[in-house]
Amino acid sequence: MTMNTQGRPTAPTSTSVSAIETVSGSRGLLQAEGLIFEIGTSETTGVDLPAPKNRTGRLGGVARKVATGLPGLSEPEMVRHYMRLSQRNYAIDLGFFPLGSCTMKHNPRLNEKMARLPGFGDIHPMQPQATVQGALELIDELATWLKTLTNMPFVAMSPKAGAHGELAGMLAIRQALIARGEGETRKRVLVPMSAHGTNPATAVQCGFEVDEIKADARGRVDMDMLRAKLERTDDVAGIMLTNPNTCGLFETDIKEIADLIHAAGGYFYCDGANFNAIVGRVRPGDLGVDAMHINLHKTFSTPHGGGGPGSGPTVLSEALAPYAPVPFVVKNEDGVYSLVEDMDGEASESFGRMVAFHGQMGMFVRALAYILSHGADGLKQVAEDAVLNANYIAAKLKHVMTPAFEGYCMHEALFSDAFTADGIETLDIAKALIDEGYHPMTMYFPLVVHGAMLIEPTETESKATLDQFCASLESIARRAAQGDETLKGAPYLAPAKRLDETRAARKPILKWTAPTSDTVAAE
Amino acid sequence: MRYLPLTDDDRKAMLKVIGAKSADDFYGDVPESARLGGKVAGLPDHQGELAVERHLSKLAAKNRSASSGPFFVGAGAYKHHIPASVDMVIQRSEFLTTYTPYQPEIAQGTLQTLFEFQTQVAALTAMDVANASMYDGSTACAEAAVMACRVTRRKKVILSGGLHPHYAAATKLLCEAQGLEVVQLPVAVDGEMALAGAVDDLTACVIGQSPNIFGTVTDMSAVADSAHEKKALFVSVFTEAVALGLVTPPGEMGADIAVGEGQSIGVPLGFGGPYVGLFACTEKLVRQMPGRLCGETVDADGKRGFVLTLSTREQHIRRDKATSNICTNSGLCALAFTAHMTLLGDKGLKDLALLNHEAACDLADALEAVPGVEILTPRFFNEFAFRTPMNAEAVLAMLDEAGVVGGVRASRLFPAEHMGDVIICAATECTTPEDIAAYAAALKEIV
Repeated sequence: MTMNTQGRPTAPTSTSVSAIETVSGSRGLLQAEGLIFEIGTSETTGVDLPAPKNRTGRLGGVARKVATGLPGLSEPEMVRHYMRLSQRNYAIDLGFFPLGSCTMKHNPRLNEKMARLPGFGDIHPMQPQATVQGALELIDELATWLKTLTNMPFVAMSPKAGAHGELAGMLAIRQALIARGEGETRKRVLVPMSAHGTNPATAVQCGFEVDEIKADARGRVDMDMLRAKLERTDDVAGIMLTNPNTCGLFETDIKEIADLIHAAGGYFYCDGANFNAIVGRVRPGDLGVDAMHINLHKTFSTPHGGGGPGSGPTVLSEALAPYAPVPFVVKNEDGVYSLVEDMDGEASESFGRMVAFHGQMGMFVRALAYILSHGADGLKQVAEDAVLNANYIAAKLKHVMTPAFEGYCMHEALFSDAFTADGIETLDIAKALIDEGYHPMTMYFPLVVHGAMLIEPTETESKATLDQFCASLESIARRAAQGDETLKGAPYLAPAKRLDETRAARKPILKWTAPTSDTVAAE
Repeated sequence: MRYLPLTDDDRKAMLKVIGAKSADDFYGDVPESARLGGKVAGLPDHQGELAVERHLSKLAAKNRSASSGPFFVGAGAYKHHIPASVDMVIQRSEFLTTYTPYQPEIAQGTLQTLFEFQTQVAALTAMDVANASMYDGSTACAEAAVMACRVTRRKKVILSGGLHPHYAAATKLLCEAQGLEVVQLPVAVDGEMALAGAVDDLTACVIGQSPNIFGTVTDMSAVADSAHEKKALFVSVFTEAVALGLVTPPGEMGADIAVGEGQSIGVPLGFGGPYVGLFACTEKLVRQMPGRLCGETVDADGKRGFVLTLSTREQHIRRDKATSNICTNSGLCALAFTAHMTLLGDKGLKDLALLNHEAACDLADALEAVPGVEILTPRFFNEFAFRTPMNAEAVLAMLDEAGVVGGVRASRLFPAEHMGDVIICAATECTTPEDIAAYAAALKEIV
């Protein structure tokens, strides 16, 4: 053993003990942490407020009877609680996050800084419009970018997320049909089976019926089936089509699809979730689209925040623009911006209001910062690099995994589980990637591919990252092909082992409850 | 370009591995007529960080922030103080830059905070269970209405005259698209109890709000009883979450579903969004809820852990049979809410609520002393409506010139009603005695 002059060992000795138990439950840097209900008390508070005078005179006796009982924590305890929990999360700032269809790209810090300027973060949606001219101008500027990038004449800015944007587009289609006197008769919406679940769910939320179309052997819309579905036209409301689609492919026949649906008297809703593949290179307005939502939290890099917030501005064609939701921003001749909030004047045909206030302003600021940083040249490069990265992964892995379809992909590479040995699942491959230090790809989606693995690298990854990832996935894929049973136990190196989802659903525990004296005694 | 790591050499090497000549090869499926020769025309090229910062700062400077002077606007969004540690938590990369926790082994941080959030919302509203958030209060309200129709298999929704008009509009829109009937009771400052008389055998739910859009607080227990007698549901709405520290919460009134806006706890005003919709209900309605739910379970080692659960209600599993089309919710704002609530605790929340109420009482006392001003709201928490002897829009414009943002005119919220002389104003813990004095003095000058 190497010693220094004090007799202290200065080089490690190896040990074969891998599962050392600790008294604290912590594992070195990974600190054990209970629920706030287990560590706080309802008398503790981490905010110093002036002492209230306990005046409740104007409340009229409408007073809470039972206290919330909620625990408080002092600030150091609170900070440590969330810091410790944060260490159990994977994040794009930590590593590669190739979650297909989710566009997990780098979130520039400048965008966070800009959204926190008091002139954006600390203004009220209902304060006089004369005092928020800069905010309205920002919305108008972002709207101009979105309209120009898509070559569409109008954009509804208020939808709160992608699915809410779908709702905006489909409600505009509904209103247009009502205006034509066909609101009651045209109820059928065609939706490919490869679509995101939000598409059929949205159609139903708007009172439409879903008619599913299969994908063909090329992973595109089955045109024969589409034509057959459109033999009857008088009940057709429209089609909801994702392009590039969820197989990561550009819909080759998109213009013909648009023409067919228009000839049938319907409208073309395009799900813009995958706009990142074509932004700055292809304008959806040139493809015959009538409505398309844009996920600002995907293509324009506003952070996903562990599940939101999103933002889903929805571009509309000339045919649908009159039915756009209120409110919207207009620039008057005198250069003053104003909000159209009431359903009269230029909004007299609007389908109505979807939400309180004017949309996700915080996301607008971030998205515009991102857009201005890239410009027209940079956005084109964004799309090309995203597509290049995906094709690079596809090329590097096609020998060990089974590509779902032939030919180049767009921004995501899709594999089926055909290459795996019996008993090894897509799930096992995904969990093994966790041990390699990666967030898994999207699994079992789209539904049209068996055991689907959908890998979306985005443009903000370096070649070195992709090479390392491909080396890891290639090794896992070989083990999967050989039927390596150890994959079934992955992940081994994550903060938690595989979780029992069946148990969670069978007897749902959806909130913490104080242990009763019985349960305490039992322990 | 600073956000793009690939070099030209990388690109060439990668194209070679792929066997493609240029990126154009990948776009071969794009119809000829839709192929652009170069970049999109009519847009500027990329800019450095400094240039972008300058441009956006210039726009921001054109807006008057709520902290820059006496500020009394409410009507569904409230100016509250947010502790610095709350913003620190939501800027942690591990929370900010992660996705929906679909891989629970590497998302226990997000999942545990959601479980804590759900518990806090359930306790705050005095309901059995809460979900992991909705977009905001207005969309949560719309979802509650359609959920009530699903649960009761009835088609009629009745809205109180004190429901926030944006909430009413969003609810009406979604319901009517699904062939459901919406009955709007006449706009009234103190009209929530009228719901009790309006409910009939065809009613799926009645929707009332406390504090309502005019600030009126109401114990709607009798509304709940009437609804339940007719086998209808009572949906209780709030737009000011801090109020629940002091005012009768939905669960104590017998609400079946409670929905509201959580912005007041931890989320900045941000010109209207993103905010966080709170959604809670009784135990027996859980499987009809919209949105994500986080539940407790164990991992393969038997250790406690959390997962998204009951997802057979949701669009990604059930598609056209889902309870809602919601996917992305308001995760990071829910984190802000739960972090702030964790700092407050029961004691902090109670004190905060009292301070809000006391500020509003002081404001009402001061404004009431101005000749010609009449307070219209009979019982309130931190917001009330008052009548001025002049046109409210003119009054607000003159207040603005005096440096006071005095509230919202009722005519902006209810353009069809004859409420041209009514202003709705709010006070919070951010309101100082000087702010109130400035408001009263300016108003006295004007009217």
